[in-house]
Amino acid sequence: MGRRWAALRGLVVKESRHVLRDRQTLVILLLMPLVQVLLYGYAIRTDVSGIRTVIVDPTPDIATRSLLARFEASDRYDVREVVPTDFAIERGFASGALRQAIVLPTDVERRLGRGEPISVLIVTDGSDPNAGSAMRSYAEAILRRWYSEASTNTLGGARGIRVESRMRYNPTLESANLFVPGLIALVVTIVSAMMTAIAITRETEMGTMEMLLVSPLRPSAIVLGKVLPYAALGLLNVFIVLSAAAAVFHVPVRGSLALLLAECLLYVFTTLAIGIVISTAARTQRTAMLMALGGLLLPTIMLSGFIFPIASMPTPLRVFSNIVPARWFLVIVRGIMLKGAGLGTLWQETLVLLGLTTALLAVGIRRLSVRLD
Amino acid sequence: MRTPNAPVAIDARELTRRFGTFTAVNAITFSVQRGEVFGFLGANGAGKTTAMRMLIGLLAPTSGSATVAGLDVERDSEGVRRRIGYMSQRFSLYDDLTVQENIRLFGGLYGLDDHTIRERGDALIERIGLHHARRNLVRRLPLGWRQQLAFSVALLHEPQVLFLDEPTGGVDPITRRQFWELIYDTANTGTTVLVTTHYLDEAEYCDRLTIMVDGAIAAAGSPGAVKSEFGASSLDEVFLRLTRPQVTA
Repeated sequence: MGRRWAALRGLVVKESRHVLRDRQTLVILLLMPLVQVLLYGYAIRTDVSGIRTVIVDPTPDIATRSLLARFEASDRYDVREVVPTDFAIERGFASGALRQAIVLPTDVERRLGRGEPISVLIVTDGSDPNAGSAMRSYAEAILRRWYSEASTNTLGGARGIRVESRMRYNPTLESANLFVPGLIALVVTIVSAMMTAIAITRETEMGTMEMLLVSPLRPSAIVLGKVLPYAALGLLNVFIVLSAAAAVFHVPVRGSLALLLAECLLYVFTTLAIGIVISTAARTQRTAMLMALGGLLLPTIMLSGFIFPIASMPTPLRVFSNIVPARWFLVIVRGIMLKGAGLGTLWQETLVLLGLTTALLAVGIRRLSVRLD
Repeated sequence: MRTPNAPVAIDARELTRRFGTFTAVNAITFSVQRGEVFGFLGANGAGKTTAMRMLIGLLAPTSGSATVAGLDVERDSEGVRRRIGYMSQRFSLYDDLTVQENIRLFGGLYGLDDHTIRERGDALIERIGLHHARRNLVRRLPLGWRQQLAFSVALLHEPQVLFLDEPTGGVDPITRRQFWELIYDTANTGTTVLVTTHYLDEAEYCDRLTIMVDGAIAAAGSPGAVKSEFGASSLDEVFLRLTRPQVTA
């Protein structure tokens, strides 16, 4: 037993050396998550600054002016006009001149003074789901902060502000469609699945795999020794994405960090298994890479709900998305990070992911040992 | 750890491998005595490598059976793998690891302890004169040296039977000559060597050999016996005579 472990340890050390000596690839792999965070954070969501807004205020007073000041002070907002009625906003939305409208009730100051609840309507252009959800939460945050101060100033207790929200053009918009969960899935997929597939294919291509196979080690130990360093690298990338997202964009982790990392570890194994399956189908490193890109990365980006909401997909694609592991992983990570959900609500998705991983591992190891046979 | 060597190192009975309708190895029967240098000759695609892969447990036979070091290759493949060494025609060390790291890795894979690995590794490095380069990446070594290293690493765990699959492909005649001296040294210590080659001059160095044509054994025996059986003055001539019928067919 001790010797088995020593052999496995030797294999892990060797594979780690492959990883560490290939400096170029290593640098790319470690910089990639950082670049992706910045890219997705800055470039792909540019629209959420300079939001062209109209405030509909039938009876301007001190309270609404302080609200207006808050919107104007935010560099996300570009308040175009304050108008008395919502008469013209429809046309503004249609032409794209407007992206958001805040519709206030009458007599805000007086209602606040009496401690009456007020309701505010936010109308948002939802044609771009990510931007739409971001704009909605910005407006909501400003309104709530304004209300909590305005109401305590006058009365003390907060009786409540009812914020209603309407999405133009895309009413089924997902509530918090932030990019970090999808990015974790993407980066882990690239590192774990693609690198595993390439590393295993490289050994078959170079002929060194035969040397491992004629040694007394079992195929399962060979596979384990090969994938463990990439599992570590995958987890390291999860850390990089999470830290960068927290440091640069203040993306929160509302739920349990331990649970989040555990789920990420599970997903790392899912993608490792996919990498093994790919390596059994590909003869050369180049094929392995193309298979990982086309057969794996594209579904992970397109069919996981990362960019396009699953609910708005045509039925065949929606059905297909069920076998895309990232689809389940995204629900889990979004749940934990954005909604603070625990295993109590996410156990079904976790089970699905666990099932997919087991199936993929079984297929991968089986196919590998058949092929090695 | 070493079990006493069986007098018969390799024993193949009607060993057959088919890929779909193609029969790569067709019911070959032969045996190799302990300490022999046994040659497997044949043109490319004659089935040498397939036969060897069945003996080392990389490929399951379709029918027939074989024992290596006294153990059945199918039933006790792990035991067989523990007792054999293998060097493939493709370069089989990790070229982004150093000489020492390769030695440590393969020693570990065969369950040697650190002390033994260091001892045998140092002796090995000394023997092939690589002391100055032991911390160099293998890819920086000249090809001839790399092959000697691969050969020595395959012997690190002191296997009873050593399988060499076209070990001298692509090296110059002088290095080939040196390589065969290593093979002889190894056989003299009691290790059995099975070597495939398509260099017919090398075949003269073997104690016994078989010539494979289309997956079957067409001739077998010592180089001298094979030559006299065919009334030929060289193995070249034997080989041509065996392969010519199918060229005209």
